[in-house]
Amino acid sequence: MNLWHSLIGSLPFDWAQLEFMRLALVAVLLAAPLYAVLGCLVVNCRMAFFSEAIGHAALTGVALGTLAGLTDPTPAVLLFSALLALAIAWLRKSSALSSDTIIGLVMAGAVALGVVLLSRGGGFNRYTRFLIGDILTITPVELAHLAVLAVMTLLLWAALFNRLFLSTLHPVLARSRGVNVWAVEALFSVVIALVVAMSIAWIGLLVINSLLILPAAAARNLARSTAAYLGFALLFSFLAGVAGLIVSFYAATATGATIVLVALALFLLTVPFRRR
Amino acid sequence: MNGPTHHHPVSCGGCCTQLAHFGVRLGSATILEEINLHVHCGELTAIIGPNGAGKTTLLRALLGEIPFRGDLQFVHSGSDQQFGRPRVGYVPQRIDLDTSAPATVGDLFASVSQRRPLWLGLGPRQREEALCALGLVEAQPLLRKTLGTLSGGELQRVLLALALHPMPDLLLLDEPVSGVDQAGIELFYRMVSELRRHLDLSILLVSHDLAAVARVADRMIFLNRRVLADGTPAEVLTSPLVKQVFGMEFSGMEPGFVSQLPEHELCPLPAPGERS
Repeated sequence: MNLWHSLIGSLPFDWAQLEFMRLALVAVLLAAPLYAVLGCLVVNCRMAFFSEAIGHAALTGVALGTLAGLTDPTPAVLLFSALLALAIAWLRKSSALSSDTIIGLVMAGAVALGVVLLSRGGGFNRYTRFLIGDILTITPVELAHLAVLAVMTLLLWAALFNRLFLSTLHPVLARSRGVNVWAVEALFSVVIALVVAMSIAWIGLLVINSLLILPAAAARNLARSTAAYLGFALLFSFLAGVAGLIVSFYAATATGATIVLVALALFLLTVPFRRR
Repeated sequence: MNGPTHHHPVSCGGCCTQLAHFGVRLGSATILEEINLHVHCGELTAIIGPNGAGKTTLLRALLGEIPFRGDLQFVHSGSDQQFGRPRVGYVPQRIDLDTSAPATVGDLFASVSQRRPLWLGLGPRQREEALCALGLVEAQPLLRKTLGTLSGGELQRVLLALALHPMPDLLLLDEPVSGVDQAGIELFYRMVSELRRHLDLSILLVSHDLAAVARVADRMIFLNRRVLADGTPAEVLTSPLVKQVFGMEFSGMEPGFVSQLPEHELCPLPAPGERS
C-alpha cells in the first residue's frame, strides 16, 4: 500500500496527491473487473431488472442493520441481499408467475419496507448517502474486504464459466449436458447480489446497476466472440471507472454517477459499430 | 464400455432404446400413457401427431426434464447384454437458442467439452474433437464463426454436430428445421439420414413437416397421448386415423434420399462421458 501511495503520489496531478483519491482509485480498479464480468452475465441472462431490484432492495438491508443496532449496516445488507436473491431464484423456479413480475413484486415490497423502517421519526435524510454513494470515504479495511470479495468472485466465476455460458445460451441443452442450471444460476444471483450490496455505500443504489449493464452492453456491440466480449467489457469498465473518478474530482460531482455517465458515453460511441 | 462404434455401415440390430409402459402425468392431466416402443439403432423414427399430442413432452421426459412412469432402458449389443439409461443427445429448436450473444461455434463446443474457461480458447484436443464432430455435418469452416452470423441451416447443423459430441445412444431432434430454408432442410435431413447409417444412431425426430419427414424416416409413429399408429411412413400416413387428423392425402410417396454425400472420413470421437 505504501508503494502504491508513493507510486500514484509521484504522478504530476492534483488528485494524485490526496490519500482518499488514491484509495478510491484502488477501489475502482478492484471493482471494475467485477462489474465487467458479472455485467456480461447479467446482460446475457437478461437479469438487468434483477440486479436493479437487488440494488434498490439493499435499502431494506440498511434499515434492518440499523434496527439491529449495527453502526455499519454492511453485514446486514449483504445477508439481506443474498437471501433476497435466493428467494427470487426459488420463486422463479416454483411459481407460475413470470420472472419480471416476481422481481417487481419482491422489489416493491422490499423497497417499501426499507423506506417505512428508515423514515420512522422522519429521519430518512441520514440515509441518502446510500442513494448517492461516496467512494471517497472508503477505508483501507473496506478495501481489503472488497479485495477478498473480488478474488473469490473471480475464482468462482472462472471455475463455473462454461456451465454458466451453456445455461444462459440454452437451459434445456445445458441440463441435457448434466449442468444443474438452477443451482448455477441461483449461485450467481447470490454473487451478483453480494457485489451490488457491497457497492451501494460507495456507488449509490440509484446508479449501481448501470455499472453492471453499460460496459457489457457496449462490449456486446463490438464483440464477435466470448473472449472479445469479456475483453471489451473489462476495457470499458476500467476506462469508465478511472476516467469517471478523475472527472468527478475536478468537477466536484458524485463519483458513482460520474462513472456511469462516462460508461454511457462509451456505450453510445460503440452503437454505430453494432453488428447486424 | 467404449461407447458405440462408428465403423460398420450396416445396422447393428442388437442395441435399442426401449420404452415400456412409459407415461407422463403433469398435475392431474395424463399427457402420455402406455407408450411401448423399441427404437433400434440405425433407425430414424419420426413422431407425428396433432398439437398437444405429447410429442414435445415425450422428448422432455426422455431428456430427464420431467418425471415419467414406466421403464426407459438402453440395451447394448454384444455378447453380454447390458442395460442402462440411454445417453441422450439433444438437438434443440434453433429458435430457442440465444444467438444474439457474442459467442462462436468454438465457444459452444468448449462449453460442453472442457473445464478450462472457454474464454481461454478450446484446448488442443477439444479443438480436434470439435472439428471432427463438425466434419460429420460438413461444417468444419464454421468453428470460428459467430453464432448470430450463421444461417438457419448452418446453425442447425452445428447443433447436430454438438449433439454427436460425445456420441449418444439416442439422438433427439425437436422440430429441427423450423424456419430453415428449403435447401437447408434438404441438406439437414440428408445428413441426418447419412449419419444414421454411418454411426448406427437411434434417432427420434419430432416434426410438423410430414412430407419432409416421410421421405427421411424409416419408421413413423402417430402419437396422441398413446401410440395410435406405428409403421413405415407410407403405412402410417395412409391410415384412416392419420388422414382424419391431418385432413390430407399422401399419394405417391417419394423414395428416401439417395446417398449423395461422399463417404465420411470417420474420426474417433471422444468416448461418452469423457471430459477434461
